[in-house]
Amino acid sequence: MTALEAGMLGQTLLLVLAVAAALLTPTPWRSRVSGTFCTLLAAAGIVTGALALSGGTGSLSIPTALPLDPLVLSPDRLGGLVMVVVSSVGVLASLFGIGSARVASASRTAWLSMAVFLCGMQLVPAATDVVTFLLFWEIMTLGSTALLLAHHATRGTVASALVWYSAMSQLSFFFVLAGFAMLAGQAGGTGFADLATIDPYSWQASVAFLLLLLGFGGKAELVPLHVWVPRVLPEAPGHVAAAMSGAMVNIGVYGALLVLVRLLPNGPAWWGVLIMVVGGVSALYGILQASVASNLKVLLAYSTTENMGLVFLGLGASVLLRADNATAAADAALVAALLLMLSHAAFKSTLFLGAGAVARAAGEMNLDRLGGLGSRMPWTAAAFGAAAMGAAALPVTSGFVAEWMLLQSLIHGSRVDGEVVSVTASVAMPLAVAVIALTAGLALLTFVKAYGIAFLARPRSPEAKLAVEVPVIMRIPLVLGALLVVGLGLLPGPLAVAVGGAVGPEFTPDVRTIGLAGVDARGIDAVLDPTTFVVLAGLLLVPVLIALFVSARRHPTRTSPLPWAGGGSRLRPRMQYTATSYAEPLVRVFDDVLRPSRDVEVTHVGESRYLVERVHVEQTVSDVVETRLYRPVLNLMQRAGILARRAQNGSIHRYLSYSFVALLLVLIVVSL
Amino acid sequence: MTGAAAIIIALVQLVLFVLLAPVLIGVIRQVRARLEGRAGSGIWQPWLDVRKLLSKNPVRAADSSWMLAAGPVTLLVSSLLLCALLPLVGTLPLPLIPSDLFVIVSVMLIGVVALALVGLDAGTAFGGMGSSRHMTVAALVEPTLLLAVYALSIPAGTSTLSLIVETRLANPAVIISPVSLLAMVALAIAIMAETSRLPVDNPSTHLELTMLHEAMVLEASGRDLAWLELGSWLKLAALLGLLSNLIVPWGIATDFSVLGVLVGVGTVTVKILLLGVVLSAGEVFLAKARLFRVPELLAGSFALGLLAVTASYLVA
Repeated sequence: MTALEAGMLGQTLLLVLAVAAALLTPTPWRSRVSGTFCTLLAAAGIVTGALALSGGTGSLSIPTALPLDPLVLSPDRLGGLVMVVVSSVGVLASLFGIGSARVASASRTAWLSMAVFLCGMQLVPAATDVVTFLLFWEIMTLGSTALLLAHHATRGTVASALVWYSAMSQLSFFFVLAGFAMLAGQAGGTGFADLATIDPYSWQASVAFLLLLLGFGGKAELVPLHVWVPRVLPEAPGHVAAAMSGAMVNIGVYGALLVLVRLLPNGPAWWGVLIMVVGGVSALYGILQASVASNLKVLLAYSTTENMGLVFLGLGASVLLRADNATAAADAALVAALLLMLSHAAFKSTLFLGAGAVARAAGEMNLDRLGGLGSRMPWTAAAFGAAAMGAAALPVTSGFVAEWMLLQSLIHGSRVDGEVVSVTASVAMPLAVAVIALTAGLALLTFVKAYGIAFLARPRSPEAKLAVEVPVIMRIPLVLGALLVVGLGLLPGPLAVAVGGAVGPEFTPDVRTIGLAGVDARGIDAVLDPTTFVVLAGLLLVPVLIALFVSARRHPTRTSPLPWAGGGSRLRPRMQYTATSYAEPLVRVFDDVLRPSRDVEVTHVGESRYLVERVHVEQTVSDVVETRLYRPVLNLMQRAGILARRAQNGSIHRYLSYSFVALLLVLIVVSL
Repeated sequence: MTGAAAIIIALVQLVLFVLLAPVLIGVIRQVRARLEGRAGSGIWQPWLDVRKLLSKNPVRAADSSWMLAAGPVTLLVSSLLLCALLPLVGTLPLPLIPSDLFVIVSVMLIGVVALALVGLDAGTAFGGMGSSRHMTVAALVEPTLLLAVYALSIPAGTSTLSLIVETRLANPAVIISPVSLLAMVALAIAIMAETSRLPVDNPSTHLELTMLHEAMVLEASGRDLAWLELGSWLKLAALLGLLSNLIVPWGIATDFSVLGVLVGVGTVTVKILLLGVVLSAGEVFLAKARLFRVPELLAGSFALGLLAVTASYLVA
């Protein structure tokens, strides 16, 4: 038995133990024991994934009673990479859950489904055939659904969110199933090795590609299949949202990678254009909605759509460029997409855990009622701040390096040796750069808003004023996550080499480590060493700090309750800007896309027209995709349902006549 | 060897720009004052202001956090990084961190974010307002900025700014090509917006409701304000230096020699002061645009940038 096989056996064993722990431990101990087993389960996933990533081989086959081939689990290097990513998020989420799970989220169902969910996610990338893949995909989906269901008793909105989630995830499943069925029918087998023999230029491959893009895009929260995200994630507790948004979306990306790297590599150029359009629209739409959201979790949920959009933009660019024979740039775009996926997993899980900590401390997710948490929860603030920098792609976080790589591959993509590669590429690349730039700009605003309004300034509500730091067990995953965000940003070289190796043997990106841990993408002539960068910034900081300390010794700081603010307005925290007012200029600029509805209600004092007693402002920004695309379809289905109800009025006579007509029809058909 | 030479040039750039940036602001203000028929306060006034601010006790609001102290320092360091990385006196790239366009923009964004957080931290209405408007403009400027320099990068085949400047030096026909002209106009508008100049922001306004930059620094005082001001001035000087080196690259040192560096120092000083005079004279004739007209201006400049990029692929 190889180490890899032992690792997978270990995961299965730990799943059984975690399930047993969830069922058998009494309530006061359940979170600690089950959380520990979930952490171990995820840690086993990291080990197994790392073994597979470093080239280890081995397979675990599970015989079935059905007339099918046995289920075979044998992760390749790409699968190993994804397994490491989702398991790392799993470790953070489980650790956080030990401290944060209370009442409903500490129930038997919750911990049991957490373990099932984690194990399902970890084993999807190990599948080597369609049936195994779909089986673990469904285990993952069911685990997450049950996990969310645990909370329906306490909050009424959970049920409707869950209906959306189940419907959308089954729609995804249907598309994936149909896509794989198309390929399997063509290849005559269900193993991924069989499917890889199909010619990507055949029409069957294209139909399957479209179906699979819809299916995996739905899991990766892309527009227009993202509608469940802003409903479901705010209902989930912090650690569950972190696992879903930090890890589960990566399974969607893995699916797309499986298709574009393993099964149907070197697809036609229009596939690339289509993926780029879907990715670009998702990125822009997601960040636009995130930038105007006032609920912290809704903001983070939409930001996931943005980040996954960027990942798919990178994947699409790599397909398009490869079809145009700009191989070096195509490889770089692929590496960039994978780096984006990695960095997103790190910062988004940390952000959701931070949001969970804020929810626990202040009992509030509405940014308009938060504020001043920085001095009250310094650990959470620091971790959230580092992760927010990653999400805003600021140096030297992992998000920055990934976005830099993507931009570099795009601007080097449309020309090879001074020759224009294709008209499509020379229009698509500048537009993609513009989309990424606008996305990055809006992401900056979004996360300045999220951090600045929640953690700086003064508390906007009594709850925020009374907030206290979360216990140590919850701080550990927060700090670990923040360290990952910064650490991955400082080590792009080894990371890019590992990622480049994972997409082999089909593709072999020419990246290597330079300097301490910098990255050198030789094909496109791009070099970046964040460590040197930090050293330079540190050197520049020295004289500034010396001047600062000299000045501070001579002229100490004075603190005043009312500096510089005329009219004493400082005394009332309500005079501060809120998240809603912060995004107001943006809402006006993007009026046409966001379609906000605003309700201003003015109460006057007595008879006076000029003296105002109170002003009530309410603004809601609706999701255009939902109101314009889903509502009409849902209405249509509802109308069809009402019509169908007329046929069934409960009268026995009518049912008898139905049977009679049916019998007649059968007889006629038989006699023909 | 080139590494050591590049470090020396970076040091020269840092010292030069720290000395020069306040003078540049002084010149801009003085020219404007004279054109408006005022006597003006002289070109050394910004330096005197910094000295005065450094010898005062900063007053901070009771509820403000460490951000009010750290933000200004971050802004200053990000501006210093710009001065060290951009090709201003010489084009020798620092080892392992070339003056890559995307890195430069990100460094600038660190300063933008630090300033916006300082504006929010004070917990006043004006600070929040300035911060919100500042970030909105910054978000909308970014596409223009990246596309403009993307267009400039095409003839050179690289996004490293020092190589772009070298290409323009070796082949001056590139500078007056239509693609380059379009890109330069787009870049100039983006830089005006990025450095809070007219018509996006009025640097000499005293009406709080029209402020962007000034509203954010209202609550800062003493050395906090000094760092904020110096940081913003350095950013303006560095970006004007970049713009002038892209328009008129002659005089910049392409390899290391004492004479070459001296010539580089002299020419870049003359160039940015001249550009400052032009900027100041231009601003006399401009009024601040309404905040919600700014997106239109930026959209126009974005269109120019996009035109420049696609034209360079499809026409050339």
